[in-house]
Amino acid sequence: MSLHLWIIPLLPLTGAAINGLLGKRFPKTVVNAIALGSTAAAFAYALWVAAQFAGLPADQIPHIEHYATWMTAGTFSAEYGIYLDQLSLVMLLIVTGVGFLIHIYSVGYMEHEGGYYRYFAYLNIFMFFMLTLILANNYLLMFVGWEGVGLASYLLIGFWFLKDSAANAGKKAFITNRVGDFGFLIALFLLIKHFGTLQYDAVFKALAAYPVEASAGLLTAIGLLMMVGASGKSAQIPLYVWLPDAMEGPTPVSALIHAATMVTAGVYMVARSNAVFNRAPIALMVVAVIGTLTAIFAASIGILQTDIKKVLAYSTISQLGYMFMGCGVAAYGAGIFHLMTHAFFKALLFLSAGAIIHGLGGEQDMRHMGGLRKYMPKTFWCMTVATFTIAGFPPLAAFFSKDEILWATWASGNHVLWLIGLIAAAMTSFYMFRLWFMTFFGEYRGAPTEDSHHGHDSHDAHGHGTPHESPMAMIVPLMILAVLSFVGGWVGIPAALGGSDRFDHFLDPVFHSTAEATPGAETAASPAEGRTEREETSTELLFMGISVAAAALGFLGAWFLYYKRTDLPAKMAQAAGGLYTFVLDKYKVDELYGAVIIKPLLLLSTNVLWKGIDVALIDGAADESAVGARDISDGMRHMQSGNIRSYAGWVAFGAAVVIAFMVWKGVR
Amino acid sequence: MVPLSYYLILSAILFACGVAGFLIKRNIITIFMSIELMLNAVNLTFVAFAAELKMLSGHVFVFFVMVVAAAEAAVGLAIIIAVFRTRETLNVDRVNLLKL
Repeated sequence: MSLHLWIIPLLPLTGAAINGLLGKRFPKTVVNAIALGSTAAAFAYALWVAAQFAGLPADQIPHIEHYATWMTAGTFSAEYGIYLDQLSLVMLLIVTGVGFLIHIYSVGYMEHEGGYYRYFAYLNIFMFFMLTLILANNYLLMFVGWEGVGLASYLLIGFWFLKDSAANAGKKAFITNRVGDFGFLIALFLLIKHFGTLQYDAVFKALAAYPVEASAGLLTAIGLLMMVGASGKSAQIPLYVWLPDAMEGPTPVSALIHAATMVTAGVYMVARSNAVFNRAPIALMVVAVIGTLTAIFAASIGILQTDIKKVLAYSTISQLGYMFMGCGVAAYGAGIFHLMTHAFFKALLFLSAGAIIHGLGGEQDMRHMGGLRKYMPKTFWCMTVATFTIAGFPPLAAFFSKDEILWATWASGNHVLWLIGLIAAAMTSFYMFRLWFMTFFGEYRGAPTEDSHHGHDSHDAHGHGTPHESPMAMIVPLMILAVLSFVGGWVGIPAALGGSDRFDHFLDPVFHSTAEATPGAETAASPAEGRTEREETSTELLFMGISVAAAALGFLGAWFLYYKRTDLPAKMAQAAGGLYTFVLDKYKVDELYGAVIIKPLLLLSTNVLWKGIDVALIDGAADESAVGARDISDGMRHMQSGNIRSYAGWVAFGAAVVIAFMVWKGVR
Repeated sequence: MVPLSYYLILSAILFACGVAGFLIKRNIITIFMSIELMLNAVNLTFVAFAAELKMLSGHVFVFFVMVVAAAEAAVGLAIIIAVFRTRETLNVDRVNLLKL
């Protein structure tokens, strides 16, 4: 039975084509209808597919559809095809669902912007590539989607391309991603070399014959290179630097691409490749360590940021770190679970931030906000749900997912990583409540005059005396996402809390069909056998208690510093001195990269590649040959006198020479 | 029987006269006649060799050359008349509009 899954990516592509090619002449309503219609249709179709999928017998999962051969080269061939299993189904629903909500929101948010049709064309093309990425049935097609979302990201970050900073941020994102893509490509080459194919089913089947690598070997290399790719796309150390800059794009774009969907592609890829990682414990460990370090590193930067979107950007990096942490201890289900809840609450956070920015006419600096609770109550309540979710208070969504990751980390024996993760969780809670208090409580600190609003989003100043609530097109998606952020975690209530952990069991076939040979991985999903079930449960409950305590600690800290004693933070900053500015400058990582990588590269390019090879060698050769040809022609053209008899003379002379030559050679 | 070399020498002299006339003369009709002279020098060589080697193809070639020469004369004279009508001169050095 074919589900005709090709329709799903094709719908947004059609929307993008129509809007991109003809949209300039359409009124906004038509652009809306096309962009929203195609996305809504994709979401509806995805829901139908999900219903069909539930009815599939277990032996037909994964459901693979083959359409055509893309290319053949020797024994290698790649095809157009779709691979639908529990993992891609979850991703499919997240991408189309959240994507659709953000499309609706964009209608309200982008109302006053130029290039309206362009924006929606880009957004739709992003949906197309993202769906290609998650539905592909081989790594090469996944790579097409992978590059495509990078392109869409580039286009949307630089949407206000007249602004230098936006154009540069787009370039930075694209180039940083290229570094990661390089690693991913090499991983693919290694797969081709050793397995001769990139089809998921064939690769996974071939991998089943491989034992777990005790020391670094082929699979470790592939895993590490994949992680390089994932850390580019998913903004992990050391390639995370592009994501904070990517906030130059419109806020709905930050929500959709740089929080909910695209940046999770790396997590998806690692989870998809679990067959590789399960057999390469070293690579898995690296994933876990990178994830954990990123989680705490980004969280610590987020604490001091004052730009509301930057806080959320670092928060995204940090949460992505959690996902990798989960994947890295082979709890892929937990990682994907967090990916899903994160998609809900981070989209909600960004969209709420967008509503605030919109309501303030483009102001992004939290120091100029405050007291917004009474100006935009609906946004306030949505943001409150999101903030409590990300901080990890039960029974909201992220409590279950984040806690599952932390618990899996502890259960897998990585106690240090667990501790770091816990501290990062407390920090997360702190900076989120800091944002919450700074924005919604206290007195409004913004100047009510027009000229104070030249914020990032460069909204038309449409009568911003006081902050105002956003239009319904923006509020409705917020509310839906708020509900999802609230209840979205209930599908994965762990057994220790009387739930059945349905989400994990749903994903189990993806991650455990090939996991028999994994020693470390098994302990994560079904922790050590030595202890009794009851003991296990009580430990898990204890750890949940600790997590909640960490979240509460963050809340109290933020409450004390940013609500009760608002004079304290400045004094503390003064006391911390150099450390404070160091963290405020994001640990000067950009400067470090600039000095260590970019500057030598620029010098090399300028002096050797440009002035040496290009100007001297290539241009020189071209110029010299041209000059030489001209000089020779200069001499020769005097022969072309136009005088017939002189030509005839040359002919006669030539004939005489030939005859003389023949006589001299002695023609037989 | 006159030896072959005599014919060839005569032919070479005729040809050299043709070349010299072509190069030296300015009048376009004289040049034209010099070309005819060269063609006929070649004809003489052909028939001389044909008679010497007892081969018919030399004679056949001569007929071809004469036909071409006749056609050429017709076209050439027409061109000369056309040139004279527009330029009112037969001096080739002054028919130099295409010159650089």
